[in-house]
Amino acid sequence: MIVRLIPRLDIKGPNLVKGIHLEGLRVLGKPERFARIYYEQGADELLYMDVVASLYGRKSLLDIVTRTAKELFIPLTVGGGLRTLEDITQALWAGADKVAINTAAIQQPQLIHDAARKFGSSTIVVSIEAMHKPDGRYEAYTDNGRQRTGVDAVEWAQRAAELGAGELLVTSINREGTGTGFDVELTRQIAERVPIPVIACGGAGMVRHVYEVITQGKADAVCLASILHYGVVRNLPPSERDVAEEGNTAYLRSGKGFSRVEEATLPDIKAYLLERRIFCRGALRESANAIV
Amino acid sequence: MRSCKKRVAIVDYGMGNLFSVQQACEHVGLEAAITSSAQAILSADGVILPGVGAFGDAMATLAQRDLIGVLRDVADSDKPFLGICLGMQLLMTESHEFGRHEGLKILEGDVVRLAETRPEDGRIVKVPQVGWNRIRQINGRPWDDSWLAGLADGTFMYFVHSFYVQPADPSLICATTRYGQTTFCSSLRRGNVLACQFHPERSGPQGLQVYANFGAALQRPVAESRVSTR
Repeated sequence: MIVRLIPRLDIKGPNLVKGIHLEGLRVLGKPERFARIYYEQGADELLYMDVVASLYGRKSLLDIVTRTAKELFIPLTVGGGLRTLEDITQALWAGADKVAINTAAIQQPQLIHDAARKFGSSTIVVSIEAMHKPDGRYEAYTDNGRQRTGVDAVEWAQRAAELGAGELLVTSINREGTGTGFDVELTRQIAERVPIPVIACGGAGMVRHVYEVITQGKADAVCLASILHYGVVRNLPPSERDVAEEGNTAYLRSGKGFSRVEEATLPDIKAYLLERRIFCRGALRESANAIV
Repeated sequence: MRSCKKRVAIVDYGMGNLFSVQQACEHVGLEAAITSSAQAILSADGVILPGVGAFGDAMATLAQRDLIGVLRDVADSDKPFLGICLGMQLLMTESHEFGRHEGLKILEGDVVRLAETRPEDGRIVKVPQVGWNRIRQINGRPWDDSWLAGLADGTFMYFVHSFYVQPADPSLICATTRYGQTTFCSSLRRGNVLACQFHPERSGPQGLQVYANFGAALQRPVAESRVSTR
């Protein structure tokens, strides 16, 4: 198996943002700059998630998608506020290869079936935001972790796969943005029950976490945000020209907010995985895709 | 001033992300139009049949748009004709996706489903295959003179598929890929007809090399094409 590492870029208006538990958003810079850096460092795909998902924000998001798709030739998944077949069509025309749907899929599961039928299963990623409950079960949430549904997340995952989802993006709300590691148990429970790929999301704070969610959690792909973003903010600050556009990131570079994660780059993570016999594109030195 | 760029027709039959195919073409200096017009397809210097989605629906749409005969004519000409992913599968005789569906019958062979198997480490081999995988030369025969020129054996390409083609004539196969226990044809060529199961437009710089080779084939006979990406 060859795992995929997927930088997740949360978008609010024109900005890349990052929160904790999907809340408390902080502006990190322009998403296009981060996307290019990750592309050049061997990202296997990119995920853009509109965390506000307002109608107004959609236009802004799709503009970012189009600019990215013109320059970066790796798969691009777009999510956040897509509710209808028409919304999905728009995202695909803007340059997305796949779409992630959550709220609309739970409210109206038939949408998964219809969208898979119309666009192909491989285009439809069902996003599941799960909250770990005191009784040990996982409950699916919607609206970026704001709205509970009463639906069991693991059962919902199986249903979504049956309805024609091509992949599942499984986010632990408890772990998201905390840097305390993925919810390995959540990922494993779902990955062992569905015949389609599972992308683990939420919690990566050090390289070892990535390894654990692949080996113990059986994840097919892993989403990464803070662990990558803060390293870019600190080590690859925007040029003078970009500073004005990116807004003030000085407070980030000052060191605040880094304590939760041990930053790593994509080549760092891939090298770590390869040493432990987990294969991924780009870290294999003998291949034409080797990244030095 | 009149453009001297070579023109590519990207066949639009309502499926998949054609935007990225178009961007990849433009990136290597081609002028690419997304079209379902028979005239535009027949007058282009090269044709790309892309696609994501269901085989049966795709054939139905091609029939509805009167493009089946047009595409067979392109295949019979000396014009470079590239099928990508579902577009590769459509070239074949028939597919076993949700029943039996006749294909374009440009190449003899079937389209069959990837097997879900349980390898020894207990991990399910997921279908569809979604992600990067290696393409391998046939018996170590270099791709120097082929449309995969410039790529190393074992190069990673991006795949998204549940089905693959089995050409009746194995000598058409240019590259194979292993997934789970299955080794399948990931690229083939017969004369001007080229096809790949992977998505070169989503496969980074190595994928763009494939587009550059395709672009070079529009200038010269396919076998002689070799250029490097910018």
